Amino acid sequence: MCTLEKRGNLFILTLTGEDRHRFNPDLISSLLKLLSQVKAQATCGSALITQAQGKFFSYGFDLDWAQAAGSEQGAVKRLQHMADLFKPVIATLLSLPMPTIAAITGHAVAAGFTLALSHDYLIMRKDRGILWMPEVDIALTFPDYINALFKEMIGDASVRRDLLLRGLKMKGDEAEKRGVVKAAYDGEAEVREASVCLAENLGKRKWHGEVYAEIRKGLYPQLSAILGLSHKVYAIARL
Amino acid sequence: MCTLEKRGNLFILTFTGEDQHRFNPNLIGSLLSLLSQVKAEATRGSALITQAQGKFFSNGFDLDWAQAAGSEQGAAERLHHMVALFKPVTAALLSLPMPTVAAITGHAAAAGFVLALSHDYLIMRKDRGVLYMSEVDIALTIPDYFNALFREKIGDASVRRDLLLRGLKMKGDEAEKRGVVEAAYGGESEVREASVRLAENLGKRKWNGEVYAEIRKGLYPQLSAILGLTHKAYTIARL
Repeated sequence: MCTLEKRGNLFILTLTGEDRHRFNPDLISSLLKLLSQVKAQATCGSALITQAQGKFFSYGFDLDWAQAAGSEQGAVKRLQHMADLFKPVIATLLSLPMPTIAAITGHAVAAGFTLALSHDYLIMRKDRGILWMPEVDIALTFPDYINALFKEMIGDASVRRDLLLRGLKMKGDEAEKRGVVKAAYDGEAEVREASVCLAENLGKRKWHGEVYAEIRKGLYPQLSAILGLSHKVYAIARL
Repeated sequence: MCTLEKRGNLFILTFTGEDQHRFNPNLIGSLLSLLSQVKAEATRGSALITQAQGKFFSNGFDLDWAQAAGSEQGAAERLHHMVALFKPVTAALLSLPMPTVAAITGHAAAAGFVLALSHDYLIMRKDRGVLYMSEVDIALTIPDYFNALFREKIGDASVRRDLLLRGLKMKGDEAEKRGVVEAAYGGESEVREASVRLAENLGKRKWNGEVYAEIRKGLYPQLSAILGLTHKAYTIARL
């Protein structure tokens, strides 16, 4: 499922096991619970790394669980349910009082890609793994918060069109070149090391977490509004 | 004027003749009628290519027709009239239930550039033709839906400023480099072939047209709102 460990100032959230780490209601609520724990234990200098074991970062919502409803209408309802349950996960990441990094060592697909994109920095493998939004291929439209996330996180309209309207499977080098990820490295260990290195460097800035979160929300105002995140003005200036 | 032909899965909309293909109420009415036909005959695997004969893709609204009103006020009214008439053309393209490609083998200026930009993919010549928003040079302001189109289709603020505020005449290689068009080729037949190839490849994905149109509208929410396009949630998932 997923685990949380603390390593110095770093919080490491891991999707464990060799499976596809598909989000069903149980996994989503575990994620939410662990992120709340991270928020509660945050201090100046904290940083979060979200990572996964195996070939997949996450393959998105659990379509098997959806189809187990037994009818097309039931499956659709279960899908919408998971989309609703997942929204608070994105909201929590958007308002987390510390820098966040997604260490993408495997495929990040649909809600899995969305989870990664909800982090401040994305680090990916060059040699394996893709970013992919298959919704156009399986005839699913996007919830409003996903559209807003892509719009505000990815400035290049052609990239957004390629990812959402064309269902492009984007490898690490293209993702780095086109600005979807911060950096791409050859190999799993390199990605994990680079993520830890980045997290530690960001943590050394000893940012005020609440202010950091407010600045982040201000960067993504439409997404924040859709997620129901309120805006606070802080003037705890270290002048 | 303009014609529509069907070639396998491809709808080909052509501005015929060697003139500037300027939009007057008649041509706009024909365009709208043909786009309705395309929409009515759409099936899975359909794609649209819009192209033109001669040196011009389109040089925009018919300013001669506007001036034939006989007075400055009359000309202004006729221009406003064409701006209003053209809005449904943009709306029809934004909600067309299939991928769309603009094959730009000649100059695309003002409303002509807007028409091209209303397509999902733009293919252009490198060796001839410019993209040009002439409005700043002829002291015309930009209609709201033109602004929204540029804002949501072209992510780079400097490119938008160069096109709208500086009246830059952008050639194919610069347009490709700066992300305004998908690709630029050296020659008319190369552009036409590349457009057909792209349209066929997109058609092979056999996307659900209604879902495709919804995803497209979700990519351009402000433009969709200004064009009065409503938003539907589809979950016709091919799980």
